[in-house]
Amino acid sequence: MSQAPLGRACAAVLRRDLTLAWRRRGDIAMPVLYALIVTTLFPFALGPENALLQRIAGGAVLVTVLLAMLLALDGMFRSDIEDGSLEQLVLAPQPLALMLGMKILAHWLTTALPLIVIAPMLASMLQLPAAAMPVMMLALALATPMLSLLGAVLVALTAGTRRSGMLLALMLLPLCVPVVIFAAGALAAAQQGLPWIAPIAWLGAALALALVLAPLACAAALRIALDA
Amino acid sequence: MSSWIPLWLHKLGSPPTFYRFAGKLRPWMLALAIVLGLVALYGGLVLAPPDYQQGDDYRIIFVHVPSAWMGLFIYGVMAVSAFIALVWRIKLAEVVAMESAPIGAAFTLITLVTGSLWGVRMWGTWWTWDARLTSELVLLFLYLGVIGLYHAFEDRRQGARAAAFLALIGIINVPIVHFSVNWWNTLHQGSTVRLFGPSTMTDSMIWPLLTMMVATKCYYVFSLCSRVRADLLALEGGKDWVRQIAAGESAR
Repeated sequence: MSQAPLGRACAAVLRRDLTLAWRRRGDIAMPVLYALIVTTLFPFALGPENALLQRIAGGAVLVTVLLAMLLALDGMFRSDIEDGSLEQLVLAPQPLALMLGMKILAHWLTTALPLIVIAPMLASMLQLPAAAMPVMMLALALATPMLSLLGAVLVALTAGTRRSGMLLALMLLPLCVPVVIFAAGALAAAQQGLPWIAPIAWLGAALALALVLAPLACAAALRIALDA
Repeated sequence: MSSWIPLWLHKLGSPPTFYRFAGKLRPWMLALAIVLGLVALYGGLVLAPPDYQQGDDYRIIFVHVPSAWMGLFIYGVMAVSAFIALVWRIKLAEVVAMESAPIGAAFTLITLVTGSLWGVRMWGTWWTWDARLTSELVLLFLYLGVIGLYHAFEDRRQGARAAAFLALIGIINVPIVHFSVNWWNTLHQGSTVRLFGPSTMTDSMIWPLLTMMVATKCYYVFSLCSRVRADLLALEGGKDWVRQIAAGESAR
């Protein structure tokens, strides 16, 4: 069997996933719409005073983005399991972890990137001060790939089950507690004019670790879940 | 096969041998748990003097602290047997890991409930976002995730392996959560109410606590033995040794 070079195989997986996502553009809009709706509800629930909204803006946007990503996470491997292409990926001669890494990248590009793009709008709806905006973007840019990577491991674990929506949220909660704490910590520090680089550095360190380990864990989890 | 591992340990890994062994161990552990538990309760509730600050309210620690220890200890047992189950694919290790999870979750829940009962008297609130309380809550969610994943699969062994993997992810996560929560709490509010300072307890309070700790360990072994026995029977339903037991039961 002739083996495709690694670079071409990665590009092919990435292109395939992005094309599939583009064919169903409506699905890309769903998390964005969800985040917009949730953000709109906050002022109604808490009252429209600017001071209060300003205080909660950072945390509210972070949690909203996290929940919107959780909504999309469930579908990461679903269609590939249904049509059997995930089994083909497992059988392929290329390292599974790398191929899954490409799939996670494609998923991040199609779900998290639109959310990051509209995050400034969501934040300004809640009156987040402009000075804290760059820190929020930085925190989101580091936190969302973490969530995609961690979520992918858990989605792979539930690949062999039918009902996984609520279970996924239950399993992801303990894992995303540190991510939320550090991202929101950086934002709160920036809003109070304190140095915010330490929590951002922690997030970056965690992301570096997850980038290396999560695809490997994801591959191991998928092998367990598909091994009937 | 490594020669340094004694033969009886290999034998214990086989379901029928473990079934018989657990059956012998079970009543002794239950008896020990009841006796030690009653002694510890008498020592804690009657013999130990009331605290000079908290009065009699502190006596809940004789349940609270041993449960908190057990919550962490059982997670450790679960993670070790999950590792054994994933690496060596020993069926018994899978069963032990999965049957430990509900017991650990129960102890964690007891810790949270007794803690908030104490908190409402001492702090005036059922719940506060203290670092320790939050870590304990996250631990409960970790347990629930493992139990939920185990039951989500139709094939039990596959579910056990997936949940064992999740337990291993969790054991990496526990220290990360612990440190990040500590950092988070100290950032927001400087003063933390510490349940366990470097306090010097008198001997009359220490010994019921340690006795209760041994009692909860014995109860865990008893409960684990019972659950594993039932699970092994279900898992090995078609095997000869189970048939013999079933025939013995029906002949009676």
